[in-house]
Amino acid sequence: MHDADLSQALAEQVRAAAESGTPLLIRGGGTKDFYGLRGEGEPLSMVGHRGIVSYEPTELVITARAGTPLAEVEQCLRDHGQQLPFEPPAFGAGATIGGAVASGLSGPRRAFAGAVRDNLLGVKLINGRGQILSFGGQVMKNVAGYDLSRINAGALGTLGVLLEVSLKVLPRPAFERTAVFEMDEATALARLTALGRTSLSITATAHDGERLYVRVCGGERSLEAAEQVLDGQTLPESRDFWHSVREHSHPFFDRPGPLWRLSLPPAAPSLGLGETFIEWGGAQRWLRSDAPAEVLRDRAAALGGHATLFRGHGDTGEVFHPLTPALLRLHRNLKQAMDPAGIFNRHRMYSDF
Amino acid sequence: MSADALRPANLEEPRAVSARERDALIRELLDVVPSHGVLHDDEDLRPYECDGLSAYRRKPMLVVLPETIEQVQQVLRLCQAHQVPVVARGAGTGLSGGAFPLANGVLLGLAKFNRILAIDPDNRSARVQPGVRNLAISEAAAAHGLYYAPDPSSQIACSIGGNVAENAGGVHCLKYGLTVHNILELKVVTIDGELITLGGQSLDSPGYDLLALMTGSEGMLGVIVEITVKLLPRPERAQVLLAAFDSVERAGEAVAAIIGSGIIPAGLEMMDNNAIRAAEDFVHAGYPVEAEAILLCELDGTNAEVSEDIMKVRNLLIAQGATEVRTAGDDQERLRFWAGRKAAFPAVGRLSPDYYCMDGTIPRKNLGQILRRIGEMSGEFGLRVANVFHAGDGNLHPLILYDADTPGQLERAEDFGGRILELCVEYGGTVTGEHGVGIEKLNQMCTQFTPDELTQFHAVKAAFDPRGLLNPGKAVPTLHRCAEFGAMHVHHGQLPHPDIPRF
Repeated sequence: MHDADLSQALAEQVRAAAESGTPLLIRGGGTKDFYGLRGEGEPLSMVGHRGIVSYEPTELVITARAGTPLAEVEQCLRDHGQQLPFEPPAFGAGATIGGAVASGLSGPRRAFAGAVRDNLLGVKLINGRGQILSFGGQVMKNVAGYDLSRINAGALGTLGVLLEVSLKVLPRPAFERTAVFEMDEATALARLTALGRTSLSITATAHDGERLYVRVCGGERSLEAAEQVLDGQTLPESRDFWHSVREHSHPFFDRPGPLWRLSLPPAAPSLGLGETFIEWGGAQRWLRSDAPAEVLRDRAAALGGHATLFRGHGDTGEVFHPLTPALLRLHRNLKQAMDPAGIFNRHRMYSDF
Repeated sequence: MSADALRPANLEEPRAVSARERDALIRELLDVVPSHGVLHDDEDLRPYECDGLSAYRRKPMLVVLPETIEQVQQVLRLCQAHQVPVVARGAGTGLSGGAFPLANGVLLGLAKFNRILAIDPDNRSARVQPGVRNLAISEAAAAHGLYYAPDPSSQIACSIGGNVAENAGGVHCLKYGLTVHNILELKVVTIDGELITLGGQSLDSPGYDLLALMTGSEGMLGVIVEITVKLLPRPERAQVLLAAFDSVERAGEAVAAIIGSGIIPAGLEMMDNNAIRAAEDFVHAGYPVEAEAILLCELDGTNAEVSEDIMKVRNLLIAQGATEVRTAGDDQERLRFWAGRKAAFPAVGRLSPDYYCMDGTIPRKNLGQILRRIGEMSGEFGLRVANVFHAGDGNLHPLILYDADTPGQLERAEDFGGRILELCVEYGGTVTGEHGVGIEKLNQMCTQFTPDELTQFHAVKAAFDPRGLLNPGKAVPTLHRCAEFGAMHVHHGQLPHPDIPRF
C-alpha cells in the first residue's frame, strides 16, 4: 500500500456520522480487538491513512499517520539506530502506530523509559464535530494549552480519531544483555526492590515464577561492570526472550483461562492468587486466575493499584477497573467535550459511555 | 477591545463584585477558615499583588489561606455559591503570571500545605502537600539515596503544587522529563468542592489520563491539594564538560552530533556571548568570555557508563570544532561550571534594571536561524537580549533587557517577546516550553492554535468548571481576543499601520 493522506475524507465521514448520530468504530489493523469491550458502530478504517510524515533522528522525534504499520515505524527507526522507548506490543502483523497509541499498551521497557503517554509529544486528530485539530507538537517541552494529546493514549479511540502522532524516540542501546537468576517470587520481588534503588541501566525485568530476568544496556565496558554487580547467568537468547514477553508469545500467556493485568506499586507483596508473571520491576503483574473480578479488583485497590481483565472476559462485566462516581462524571464530561454526539467507539472502554 | 486591553497588565475580570457581596463572602469564609487565614486589609493583600512575573500587579479582592483539605473544599463551595472566581497560588515564583490575582476574585494561597507526608523508599515515591518546595523533596529523599528529578531554576523557592500546575521543567528534562513524567498521583478539589484522586500509586490508572490533563492546566481545572511524586536513585556519578565555540550554529551542530551518536546527556545547556559575559561577571565560573557560545554537557549514571561516554563526547566536541573543551576535575569544579548557568537570570538582571524572560521551544535544527532573527529584532526594538538555551530539548530562554522606568520600554519588551514567540511557532515550535501561558502569552496562543482548537480547549475547561470560576482568563484566550489581536497583528515583521506611533 502507498502512503496517503486521507484526513479530509475521514473528517467528512465523521461530520456525516455526527450529523446522523451514527456511531463509528475506529479500526487500525484489528490486532487489539480483544482488548477492552467490544464497542459498537460502523467501522472507520484507518489503514489507508498511512506514511511517515517526518523523522529527523537528531531531533529524537518521529511523526507518522495513524494507519502506518507499527512494523514500518520500527524498521525506519532501527535503520537509524533508534527505537520507540516504550516497546509497544504489536500482537499481530497488522498493528498500526495509531492503534499502539490508542491502546496505550507499553512493553517491557515501560518502567525504565516511560509509557506511550510519556513519549507522546503531539497528535493531530478529528474531534466529534469533524474538525481537524492539533495538540502538543514535535518538541520535547511544550506546555501551551491543556494537554489534549496525552489523554488519547489509552483512551481506545473514545475521544477522537487520531490522524497523526508525534513520538519521542531514543537511541537503541549499543549492547543489551540479560542476567538470569533462579529464585522464587518473594525473593525476586525483594531483589527488584533493591535493584530499583541502584543507578544501573536496567531496561527490563521479568519473573516467570521460577527465574528472574534482568536486562541491562549500555556501552561494552559499562555492561561488563553491570554484569559484575548483578552476578547472574547470562541468557544467550536475550532478544527472543524479551520479544516473547512483549508479544505475549511466552508460554505463560498461552495457558488457558482469563488473563488479568494488575498494575501495582512495584514493592507490593506476592499476591498468592494464582500463576503470576511479573514485569516492570514489580509494577506489572500478569495473573492467571478464575477468581471473581471483585476479589481481584479489591485486592489490587487495597495495594494501591488496579486490575484489568486483559484477555478472556467473555461479554459480561467491565474490562477496566470501575471508576468512582466523581471520576466517572468527569470522564463523561470530557467525552462530551471532545465528542458531543457520542459517536466514537461507543462502549469500547466502559459500558457507561 | 483596544490594543491596550490586549496587554497582560489589563487582564479582563469576569465580573465586578460589590462591597456588599465581598463582605458577605468574608463573613462566610471566617466560619470555615481561621481568622488569620482570611486577609482583606489593604496592607495584608499587597504581598500577593504579583507572582514571579512582577512587571504586572493587581491587588486581589481577598486572600484565603486554608490549612486543611476540608477547608479548601469549603472555600471552593462558598466561591461557587457566590460566583466569585478563585486563583490558586503556591510560592508565587511562576514566570507567566499564572497566579496573577483578580481584583474581584479570591486568591487561594496554599503556602500552609507545606508538609512532606510520607517517603516510600521501596516504591521510590513521596507523598507531599502542594506548598512543599521543590528542593525540599530531594533533600528529604537524600537519606534514602533518592531524589526528585525536575529542577526548575527556582527550585529552592518554588512549590511542587505550582510545578504541577505549570508542568515545570528544568535543566535535566531531556533525560528525565518534565513534571508530568515524574508524578504518580494527584488529589484535587473540584470547583464543586469534591475531592478526587487522579493517577495512583501504580504506574498507570484506569480510564483517561486525567493526571496528564491536570498537569500544566494552570489551576483552571481544579485545585491540587496533594501530590505523589516519583523518586529516582541518585546516579553513582555525574560529570560535566564545558565546550567553547566560535559560532552558535556550530554549537548547535555539536548538540545534534552528541544526540546522533546515541548519547542522551542528563543536561545539555547552551549560552550565547551576552549570557556568558553576564554570568562570568557575576559568579566567576571561569567561562571563556570570548566564545560566541558555550555548551555545558552533563553525563550521569554508573561510574563505568560515565567514563565510557565522557571520552566519546569529548572527542565529538573537538571533531565538531570546539575551540576549547574542559572536563570538570572534581565535584567542586562541576558545580562551578553549573553555577554560571544557574545564575544566568540574576546575572543578566545586573546588566539592566529589568529583564523579561521568554520561554519558547523550537526544533533544535532551527536554532541558528532563530538566534540570528532575534539578534536582528534586538536592533529593531532597541533592546539588548541574552540567550540561554536548554539545548538538548530545544527550549529557548531569551532574556530581554529593559528599564521599566523609561516610558514605553515595558511595552516594547512585551512586543519584542511576543515576536520571539511567534517566531518559535513559525519554526515549528511552541510559545511555552515550561513556564506556562498564564497572562503573559495569551496573545501568542492565538498564533499557535486555530479558533477550532481554542474552542476545544474551552469545552474541556467547561467539562471541569462549567461556570468558569477557576483562574478565569488565563492560559487560553477567548476567540474575541484573538480576533482583536489578529486585526492589529504584526505580520512577517511588518506592522499593519507602520505610520501609527506605537511606543
